[in-house]
Amino acid sequence: MSVLERQQEAGHATRSPVINDFSLVVATANGTGSQTANLTLLRSFFKMGIPVHGKNIFPSNIQGLPTWYHIRVSHEGYIARKPSEILVAFNPVTAAEDIQELPAGGVCLYNADLKNLPKRDDLVFYPIPVSELIAGVDVPVKRKPYIANMAYVGVVAWMLGVPLEVVEEALGAQFGYRQKLVESNLQVVRRAHEWASQNLRKQDPYRLEPMNKTEGLIIMTGNEAGALGAVFGGVSVAAWYPITPSTSFMDALREFLPKLRKDENGKPTYTVIQAEDELAAAGMVMGAGWAGARALTSTSGPGISLMAEFVSYGYFAEIPAVIWDIQRVGPSTGLPTRTSQGDVSFAYTLGHGDTKHPVLFPSSIEESFEFGWKSLDLAEVLQTPVFVLSDLDLGMNNWMGRPFDYPTEPLQRGKVLSATELEALGGFARYKDVDGDGIPYRTLPGTPHPLAAYFTRGSGHNEQAQYSERAEDYERLMARLARKFDTARNLVPAPAIEQHPSARVGIIAYGTTRYAIEEARDRLAQQLPTSFLRLRALPINQAVRDFVAAHERVYVIELNRDGQLHGILQNEMPEYATRLRSVAHLDGLPLTAEWVKTRLLSEEAGL
Amino acid sequence: MENPMPSDRIPLKLNAVGLSKKDYDGAASTLCKGCGHNSISSQIVQVGYELNLRPHEIIKLSGIGCSSKSPAYFLGMSHGFNALHGRMPSVATGALLANHTLKAIGVSGDGDTGSIGMGQFKHLMRRNVRMVYIVENNGVYGLTKGQFSATAEEGLELKYAGQNEFPPVDLCMEAIIAGAGFVARSFAGDAKQVRELIKAALSFRGTAVLDIISPCVTFNNEDDSPKSYGYGTKNEKPLHELGFIPFAKEIQIEPMEPGELRTVKLHDGSLISLRNLDADYDPTNKLAALERLIRAQETGEFITGLIYYNPTRPSLAEVEELDTPLAQLSPEQLRPGREKLEQFLQAYR
Repeated sequence: MSVLERQQEAGHATRSPVINDFSLVVATANGTGSQTANLTLLRSFFKMGIPVHGKNIFPSNIQGLPTWYHIRVSHEGYIARKPSEILVAFNPVTAAEDIQELPAGGVCLYNADLKNLPKRDDLVFYPIPVSELIAGVDVPVKRKPYIANMAYVGVVAWMLGVPLEVVEEALGAQFGYRQKLVESNLQVVRRAHEWASQNLRKQDPYRLEPMNKTEGLIIMTGNEAGALGAVFGGVSVAAWYPITPSTSFMDALREFLPKLRKDENGKPTYTVIQAEDELAAAGMVMGAGWAGARALTSTSGPGISLMAEFVSYGYFAEIPAVIWDIQRVGPSTGLPTRTSQGDVSFAYTLGHGDTKHPVLFPSSIEESFEFGWKSLDLAEVLQTPVFVLSDLDLGMNNWMGRPFDYPTEPLQRGKVLSATELEALGGFARYKDVDGDGIPYRTLPGTPHPLAAYFTRGSGHNEQAQYSERAEDYERLMARLARKFDTARNLVPAPAIEQHPSARVGIIAYGTTRYAIEEARDRLAQQLPTSFLRLRALPINQAVRDFVAAHERVYVIELNRDGQLHGILQNEMPEYATRLRSVAHLDGLPLTAEWVKTRLLSEEAGL
Repeated sequence: MENPMPSDRIPLKLNAVGLSKKDYDGAASTLCKGCGHNSISSQIVQVGYELNLRPHEIIKLSGIGCSSKSPAYFLGMSHGFNALHGRMPSVATGALLANHTLKAIGVSGDGDTGSIGMGQFKHLMRRNVRMVYIVENNGVYGLTKGQFSATAEEGLELKYAGQNEFPPVDLCMEAIIAGAGFVARSFAGDAKQVRELIKAALSFRGTAVLDIISPCVTFNNEDDSPKSYGYGTKNEKPLHELGFIPFAKEIQIEPMEPGELRTVKLHDGSLISLRNLDADYDPTNKLAALERLIRAQETGEFITGLIYYNPTRPSLAEVEELDTPLAQLSPEQLRPGREKLEQFLQAYR
């Protein structure tokens, strides 16, 4: 059957148009350079003013394994993951399965070089004659496979009605306006577009129309935003060990720092060290924080375990440090390129003995930026390790956002005594609670005063930082650390609360699950109105307690198997333990609104 | 009290920075009486006094173990950091990145360096972090009552641990291979040599490793153990006679001749005099240094003195082009202006 015949047979031409509201998935093989083409599509839609979000669902592999890039456009602004109606089938290995997964009425654009594709009468098929379209294009042979991806950019642009000048602009941004690269890629896009307009007949209902909903917005990954926040937070020492999905955080930091943080003589005001392992990275951060530099590391779950001993030390000896955990799935290697919220309970109490750490939960690129600088303030103000728990979905994918607000308050360096202050005070006791907030005063090495020095140790110590195994010294020290943690409750970012006037049901969530939840709440507005508390940090404050108190049932929705935050909240608020219900799930993929909606309804029905 | 005031009540002999020798003391040692580590601590105190060091410009760091407790027992007016077992190098690296103008003295042990901390030790030297790294080496785990460390001799028998079945790690060889430019070995009982080596190491612009055989009086002092006092005094073979002359005039280094006095210029302009006792020994020759160590190991001797010296590698702070200490940056240097953020975000629109 010819292409045209098959299309006519599908006969969807009469369906009413679907404008700016669908998902598209590009299926390719890893390492074929499709990321550039995918981001070009994403940027093109963004430049048309349509709310858009892209998610790269990829395997742990350098080259060859299948990868899927999901793009969702939504005039309503919903950007959670949603099964795709449109498929670009460029991977011979997965094409058959990918086609089977499309919903009825869906569209399949396929590389015409692929053989033996399954037939489905309920889909629209568009072939893309890739070999023909790239023949004779003036690029080096080794770039041919990369440029081949531009063929689907051209046909998708034709199908959805994306103006070619918009694609050109997006390509320009993608290639940093390097004209030769832009031109050779654009050549293929134009050819494909022209071929499609002459040889294909539009049979599907999906279209894009310009809007103004992305005006003034930026598009960036969470890891880039977090790194930029750290640059504006004054990070001076960064130490790390490569691990997916945190590596691009440090890549961004190493790219941004030279552009933004050279001093007036062109000298760096920073250093980034690739350590021999995560343990050493944590040690370097502790050493630097102790000596007075703003220091951070970024890692993921397995790295956190190696950092445990130092984090525990940092809690007990009271050393500022910032640790970004871009969470991925599972113990050990697990699913290293899949997303989760699986390190919450681990990070919160990481250490031996009684340990608790402030944990921040960014949910967007705006918050990644904000927590980027704020975490460095908090670490120095509280003199303790601070975690920022992002995830692979936020960290590695491109998100729309408002241009970041410049930090609203000046740098806060915490209670550090200078030589002059020491002279006036006649000395100090390193671990004494002078102000009643549990936060002691410290001095930095190099402070020119005979009373500045103290001895930092992981062994038991008294208020003067002297070695002590006295029972009352240890108990008093730990009680003060608990008091300090209580102080932290109102210093960490407060929760974002949307109180529904008549809702009896509340939702608590954190991080990137918000997008599926926000969409689900809208869809449930009539059937099941809910209030929503988006937790932005641990430890919790009174507002969280009040929120739980104000609702009959509160569902804690999260992307892990055991409901880790649910457990923490039950511990913190035992009086509400039965009111808090866990809605947890983990398969490595971001939540969908449909899943949230169905689960909430079934929970409510089962009451 | 770990933070003694500079004493001005008793008339004491003061050095050029107005401090008495007592001002370089730390808290009273809690190590065993007669422990080699205590004599090393007292040499650090002596060096601080003699070199007119300003205590606030020094940081002292350690890992875990008997040796690592000792920084509490010297330089009470310097900031100290008793880190994790085997992890002092990373903490030192971070601290010295934060403030590269500080002088760092690290004290570790053979277990802390040669076993649990071998990775960090090697990478410290590979990065050439400027610090004095002292290993108080006794071949045994004292705090946990006498297990063998990785530097214990093969075949050695100890009451608790039985017989050691594995060959020892030679920390000086490891240091040379990892790229340390100042590698010395000494014996805790040889106060003068220890002192002069510490002085020289302090002026070295990179990682200076001092492997000091420091006998454990409690768990590893069998006379036939190479890390006992009895063995040390009988078998010590000094390579050079050392004399440290601070801030003297530069002297040209000549090729080594047997028996010749050789003076090596250090980074701050101070000089170290080396008496070459081995006719065929040249401390600037890496291969010769390794060969000498291997030969000494084969004959059950330990050679002392400056075994390897190579000042050509830049330190980590130099590689990282650090200028103003990162711990002392102004708020303006730490946070770019508002317009920088707006400008930067343009590319993401």
